[in-house]
Amino acid sequence: MANTYIKIASSTAGSGGVANIDFTSIPATYTDLKVCISGRTTQASNTRDYFLIRFNSSTSDYNRIWLYGYDGGTTGTGSATSATYGFAGTINGTDSLAQTFGNADIYIPNYAGSSKKSFSVDAVMENNSTATYMSNFTAGLWDNTAAITSITLFPGGGSISSPVGNFAEHTTAYLYGIKNS
Amino acid sequence: MPNPTKLIVDCSTGVTTEVELTDEEVAQREVDAAAFAAQKAEEEAAATAKAAAKASANAKLAALGLTADEIAAL
Repeated sequence: MANTYIKIASSTAGSGGVANIDFTSIPATYTDLKVCISGRTTQASNTRDYFLIRFNSSTSDYNRIWLYGYDGGTTGTGSATSATYGFAGTINGTDSLAQTFGNADIYIPNYAGSSKKSFSVDAVMENNSTATYMSNFTAGLWDNTAAITSITLFPGGGSISSPVGNFAEHTTAYLYGIKNS
Repeated sequence: MPNPTKLIVDCSTGVTTEVELTDEEVAQREVDAAAFAAQKAEEEAAATAKAAAKASANAKLAALGLTADEIAAL
């Protein structure tokens, strides 16, 4: 159980949006980290997009298994190994209802230790409709023993033919440090 | 046309700066989007195939005389 839960930093995308939100120089003084992000993408013709994550700007060794449900009843699972980014939940796209945002909580235990870095994601996006839009849980692993000193969050983009989207204006990310003593 | 920007939050100072992506970062962004689109398409195809198989199986069970409640209970 966390004894302390301290906001380290936060950031909000302004007009026009931003491609990434980077938390750098993360202090090693906590036990765990938690990222809470509320976001929307600007990529055109995209109902659902995805939060992606990198640690220490690394472009290798991200694994995941995720469970998801969407459109009021469809469920499924997915996995990936040795990806170039981590998966961090779902985000509303431009074809979802205006002003609706996807939310994700990303928990990263023992981020400053020398073990490989696991993380879990609990995410949901809604469309202000009667049916559930999409929810998902993800087990992630960054197959690397380095201490995490920076975190990069960015939208996945959903189509090769469209320009890659930004995080839309008002997308907000919070970084918390958690101590067990 | 300028490159997209990113927000850098320095957790040691609390200072946030907005800077343009470098050309290398823009190129990486395109690579990421292409890789993710391919992965997303693969997963969605698998989900569609699974849903079709389930519907087919349910139809065959119904043809054998099982009720919808009985099929759901399996």
